[in-house]
Amino acid sequence: MKPLRFLLKKEFLQIFRNKGMLPIIFVMPVIQLLLLSFAATYELKQVRFGLVDFDQSYASRKLVSKLQSTGYFKLESEGFTMEQALNHLDAGTIKMILQIPPDFDKKLNTGEASPVQILIDAVDGSTAGLIQSYTASIIADFNRERMSEVMIVSNAPRKATALKIIPVNWYNPDLDYITYMVPGILVVLVSMIGLFLSGMNVVREYEIGTIEQLNVAPLQKSHFMIGKLLPFWLIGMFDLCIGLALARFGFHIPFLGSLFTILVIAGIYLIVVQALGLFISTITHTQQQAMFIAWFIMVVFILMGGLFTPIESMPKWAQDLTLVNPVAYFIEIMRMVLLKGAGWKEVYKMVLILVTMGFGLMALSINRYKKTSA
Amino acid sequence: MTDPAIFTKDLTRTFGAFTAVENISFDVKKGEIFGFLGANGAGKTTAMKMLTGLLAPSSGEASVNGFDVYTESEEIKKSIGYMSQKFSLYDDLTVSENIEFYGGVYGLPTKALKQKIEEILYTIKLTEVKDALVVSLPLGWKQKLAFSVSILHNPSVVFLDEPTGGVDPVTRRQFWERIYEAADKGITVFVTTHYMDEAEYCDRVSIMVDGKIEALDSPENLKRSFSTDSIEDVFIRLARGAKRSDT
Repeated sequence: MKPLRFLLKKEFLQIFRNKGMLPIIFVMPVIQLLLLSFAATYELKQVRFGLVDFDQSYASRKLVSKLQSTGYFKLESEGFTMEQALNHLDAGTIKMILQIPPDFDKKLNTGEASPVQILIDAVDGSTAGLIQSYTASIIADFNRERMSEVMIVSNAPRKATALKIIPVNWYNPDLDYITYMVPGILVVLVSMIGLFLSGMNVVREYEIGTIEQLNVAPLQKSHFMIGKLLPFWLIGMFDLCIGLALARFGFHIPFLGSLFTILVIAGIYLIVVQALGLFISTITHTQQQAMFIAWFIMVVFILMGGLFTPIESMPKWAQDLTLVNPVAYFIEIMRMVLLKGAGWKEVYKMVLILVTMGFGLMALSINRYKKTSA
Repeated sequence: MTDPAIFTKDLTRTFGAFTAVENISFDVKKGEIFGFLGANGAGKTTAMKMLTGLLAPSSGEASVNGFDVYTESEEIKKSIGYMSQKFSLYDDLTVSENIEFYGGVYGLPTKALKQKIEEILYTIKLTEVKDALVVSLPLGWKQKLAFSVSILHNPSVVFLDEPTGGVDPVTRRQFWERIYEAADKGITVFVTTHYMDEAEYCDRVSIMVDGKIEALDSPENLKRSFSTDSIEDVFIRLARGAKRSDT
């Protein structure tokens, strides 16, 4: 065990002496959490729209002011002609056109169906989808209010009451985007540290040539590996704790499940990504190559890990790919434990998969790291 | 007669169709300073890597301190020191941290290690800069330090791969004084070099050309048999016929 002590001492000396490393360890987690949580949001705010109102009636004005009063939409300019409005849509200054036909008010008052036209810039499909559903629900709201007014005034025969759906959102009652994002972003944070730092560290020894000196020394492979992994494992866990503290006290994310469970699973998960980083280091010989491959893998893992887009809405083949994506498992576990209060019973299957991945990758990279080249 | 410190017979290493080292056979006696010469690309580093257990041979026999390179490479590692062509110290550690690290890796007991650090710093006169980062030292000092580190666990053989590249003649001479001291203590020295004056300091030298050993004898005998008065002439005569020189 003694040589291991000296290996660890050396790694920590090098880490804390590296001026580029300290900001990565201490500042990166905070910035990442703040930036991504506040900025990377899917909520609509102040979508600019153009109005083409051929009716100019009480009802049309009411509908427009209802759209604006929600805060999601902002009227760019009134009195567009259809042609002007389309030009604006082309130029990207507005995202949506609301066209109200000439007999809108009249039809409504007589109880007829009265269509309005909505044109949405769908370059960004998911935003377009959101605009559509927000608009639809605002119009439906408007419609309900009108109906009740009309019924009181006209005493028209009451139509069969439609089924009304009143949604109650469990686990994230206010549909707060930050609550949903933060647990996932913590996963990204831990992954970056695990995947990049330890693998890069091994490759660095290749680059400066000291790996040969270590290879001619009577140093056990396992000691070498632990010496490389343990320091960054500790740093990863430390950063996770910073992140969790920020999530709890800064973002007021509910911690329904046990913190201990989270930490144990995070420890396992870190070993998985570190083993992957180590494996990358055994197939590359410069930090540049290693960085490129690690980056490639990380981007795919994150984009397909359900952080930004739900895995359920991916095509079948992509869903199958997530079965080997450790990031997807840990994001799922984090959300389940933090937001839904899941315990071992609910997550143990995923944890077992992570353990298996960890053992597999570790065995693979230890096997590939050879002190003697063949 | 005791076993030789290094023994090779028909040692060969191929990389695909390329034969880097071809059937080399030689003995290095205990306590000897053995110069391993050859032009760039002649196969010196490959041969040395096989002897230090960094590279598996393709065929042939070799042993170091009686340990077989195929089966006992971990035993070999405990009994040898190695100073590589590429720099082997950590630039971002201090002088004494580097000594401590390598001493620890070779399993020196804590107390002995402390003593050893003081001793090394004193012998190579680096006590005053013991807390300076290695990156700030002149190349010649780094080489002295790297050599001291490579023999700090008292190996019976030390392998030096171009240990004095890029420094002035005075510094090189000082470095060779260290080598003599080590040899006096009974350490066998196996050294590659491009400097022919250094070859004269060796007990015996071998000259490699295109993966084969073309000459092996004491500097005096080599000069006599080639009827010249410098090893440089011997080397040039042999190396001129080389097919894979890069000059």
